[in-house]
Amino acid sequence: MSKEKKGVRLDHISKIYQDPKTGKDFYAVKDTSLTIEPGSFVTLLGPSGCGKTTTLRMIAGYESPDEGEIYLGEEAINALTPNKRDTAMVFQSYALLPHYNVFDNVAYGLKLRKVPKEEIQKRVMKILDLVELTGMEGRMTNQLSGGQQQRVALARALVIEPSVLLFDEPLSNLDAKLRVSMRTEIRRIQQEVGITAIYVTHDQSEAMALSDNIIIMNKGVVAQMGSPQDIYYHPNSEFVADFIGEANFLKGTLEKMDGSHAILNVEGHPTRVPAKAGMTPGAEYTVVLRPESALLKDEGGLPCEVVLSCFMGSYQNYHVKVGNSLVKLTDYNPKNKRIYQVGEKCSLVFDPESVHIL
Amino acid sequence: MAKSQSAALDRKKLMADPVMVGTIVVLITFLTLFILYPLAILLVDSFYGGEGFTLATFQRILAMPTFIRSIGNTLKVGFLVGILSTIVGLLFAYVEVYVKLWKIVGGLFKVVSMLPVVSPPFVLSLSMIMLFGKAGIITRQWLKIYDNSVYGFWGIVIVQTLTFFPVCYMMLKGLLKNIDPSLEEAARDMGASRWKVFATVTFPLLLPGLGNAFLVTFIESIADFANPMIIGGSYDTLATTIYLQITGAYDKEGAAAMAVVLLCITLGMFIVQKYYLEAKTAATLTGKASRGRMLIADRSVTVPLTILCSLATIFVIMMYACVPIGALFPTWGYKFTPLTFKWFGQVFTRYHGLQAFRDSFVLSLIAAPITALLSMIISYLVVKRKFKAKGFIEAVSMLAMAVPGTVLGVGYIRGYSGGLFHSANWSIFADAVVENGKVIQEAGALHGLFPNGLLGGVYGSAAILIIVFIVRSLPTGTRSGISALRQIDKSIEESAYDMGADSFKVFMTVTLPLIKDSFLSGLVTAFVRSITAISAIILLVTPSVYLITVQINEFAEKGAYSIACAFATILILITYGSVLLMNLFIKYFGTSRKLKPEKVKKAKTKRINIQVIKEG
Repeated sequence: MSKEKKGVRLDHISKIYQDPKTGKDFYAVKDTSLTIEPGSFVTLLGPSGCGKTTTLRMIAGYESPDEGEIYLGEEAINALTPNKRDTAMVFQSYALLPHYNVFDNVAYGLKLRKVPKEEIQKRVMKILDLVELTGMEGRMTNQLSGGQQQRVALARALVIEPSVLLFDEPLSNLDAKLRVSMRTEIRRIQQEVGITAIYVTHDQSEAMALSDNIIIMNKGVVAQMGSPQDIYYHPNSEFVADFIGEANFLKGTLEKMDGSHAILNVEGHPTRVPAKAGMTPGAEYTVVLRPESALLKDEGGLPCEVVLSCFMGSYQNYHVKVGNSLVKLTDYNPKNKRIYQVGEKCSLVFDPESVHIL
Repeated sequence: MAKSQSAALDRKKLMADPVMVGTIVVLITFLTLFILYPLAILLVDSFYGGEGFTLATFQRILAMPTFIRSIGNTLKVGFLVGILSTIVGLLFAYVEVYVKLWKIVGGLFKVVSMLPVVSPPFVLSLSMIMLFGKAGIITRQWLKIYDNSVYGFWGIVIVQTLTFFPVCYMMLKGLLKNIDPSLEEAARDMGASRWKVFATVTFPLLLPGLGNAFLVTFIESIADFANPMIIGGSYDTLATTIYLQITGAYDKEGAAAMAVVLLCITLGMFIVQKYYLEAKTAATLTGKASRGRMLIADRSVTVPLTILCSLATIFVIMMYACVPIGALFPTWGYKFTPLTFKWFGQVFTRYHGLQAFRDSFVLSLIAAPITALLSMIISYLVVKRKFKAKGFIEAVSMLAMAVPGTVLGVGYIRGYSGGLFHSANWSIFADAVVENGKVIQEAGALHGLFPNGLLGGVYGSAAILIIVFIVRSLPTGTRSGISALRQIDKSIEESAYDMGADSFKVFMTVTLPLIKDSFLSGLVTAFVRSITAISAIILLVTPSVYLITVQINEFAEKGAYSIACAFATILILITYGSVLLMNLFIKYFGTSRKLKPEKVKKAKTKRINIQVIKEG
């Protein structure tokens, strides 16, 4: 597309809502500042009620921020109505116009822009080809499957060549298999077109698969922003660590520093982990341990006792007790491995480089 | 926390949409001028006596024994009609939803729910007099009772019950269908008898709905003008007393004060019904039933219930059938053969029939599309948009539902006969005063422009009748528009907006096509309601305009029943024809056909439910 790519910048944005039950005001989004680079795919991820959809709707223009300013490229767009903003949205419920067929749905935005007829024909067919719906243009939207309807919604948003594409949980109405194939599809199309995309979801695997950058939101504020790897391996809080993937939290007090590593006392046993800046001896720290990054061995690590051992096919699921804390483990490819039974005493072993200190 | 920025931004966004702003301003002006202002002027007039606040007018009317008696009469009639209509309506609704029926009985039920819609509000009074009155076919010819009087309390009660019970029937049918059958099956399963299930499960669940139905009919009965007028005899209700106070006693201040009393009663009930009972009904009966109900096929239940309902149905149908038949007898009550069309002929040759039908038809035809469009716009704004004045627009258009036609009529007389705020009396509008050829006082600066004061020209013209038609049908149209729009996913309109359409484009290309069926039925409902309206109209109509309903009322009062029947028959044919036309139109061009190709069969048998609530 010939158009110049534009980024989105949120400058200290807040949105206040009124609790319908108590009548009290609360922050749905609080003092949020973000920069979304032109051409990047960014996901707003968080539990329901975290403010991600509100943020998206403020960018689209359906909601007005109570504080702060939103920029599209260099332009402040707070006072613009949705129809004047250079954004296009793909809705959770598809929101296709039920009285139009596929072609007319896609052509709707172009007709409003008074694009000449021949060009509409050309552009619509090109986009339908991109979303692989060629031949379906005469169908009514209720004759399409959910996945096809979502493609129409995507085509409709793409055809007007907006600067930014907005997605509001677009895959949550599809079944699990279709969701996986559609998200690959969305990523492919976004890369092909090279458009800036902001995607709201509560599904972490969707966020991982799609994004250049993930923004994790919690209670109206941004908890962490970074690449998927960054967020998975270096979460900055228990909330983020727990929300993305599964996480075990081990608490330990710092005994001493050892170069770039720290020796923590975890449940009475010295444990070597990568250090972070500004640690003080005697203080308590939390270590994040992913279930797949530790193993059970007969000896050589933290002593533990198995409380659950369950065969899941591709992996063996363990719950073990290290002192008073419960640790969940997944041991992949368990065939021909030593399986520990409930009640057995053994040892929890992990590579110091695979854990992260909060 | 300050929400000032978002409020300012929302305002800015709204202002960027001139069509929307214009529409809102026009709507607010219309609602204020034609609903709020006439009601406000009633209050002002009844409390303002020349030089300030006074209760003298109220003291005067409260000292009238006729007025006090009419309040009692109105409440007594309303209460009994409310109860009877609810019971009969419940019986019909229960039988239709719970009992296995013969096809033909189900068809009869449909006819009964349809008849009050397409007929003028007072035909039942006519047939009551013709069948059971002093010269009634049944009482005099058949039972040989020569002094039976149908006039008065019982006459009104019977006629109003027959007129209003279909409203209850339709309301309760909807509620019963929403009761999850598994609740009752669970009770049966635990050993309750059928009667016990009804008494301990169905009835309690339905109770708020019954209260709702009762109050709706109560309000209808109180506001009804035509039936008490024709069959009330000397038994006056509030609506007829107000009418007589204006047309008989020329006491406009007194009538205004009486109208305030009537308005307070209906408004109070309306508020209870709307904000208390409707919420409660919605709370106990949520959502749709999970699956179909096992219909009662037990003969000991079905046979008596079916016979009871069929008898009631046949009685109602007989009452309505009496109207066209009555128009064919040479002399009602004395000479029944040979059947003749002379009355129909006289309608057109002697009694300005053609003019009456033309005027009624044209005025309703003008009012209907305006009403339908206005109510759709109001529903769109109320359901889909947010802006400051939304609460005002919604409240005022719903308020109109609680205003009896008579009250509105008196309000219009007081509000517009002397111009806006009696502006004809203001010096700038006043005519010059000339005495002995000498100008004592110059004409007001604006006299030439507005000889009757601001908007004074509206009074007595056909325009005011059209406005009354619109205001009287607006609430029902708005209500059905709102419920139709609530079923449309908000994001469909948002997506169109997002694609670059402005509010006007969104409304025209998305909203309106999606609620086409509802719009059409609103159009026909408005037309039917307008052409059969009487209560407010009768106070405002001038000799230059002939309206069918006013003609019928006149002839019925004179005792010229045959000619009244002839008028009514043609009117029913017109209204029924327009409903049929609408159903045909929806069948072939409606949205339901295009959107649900797999359900075409269903759409064919589907009839649009017209709002059955009528004005009297």
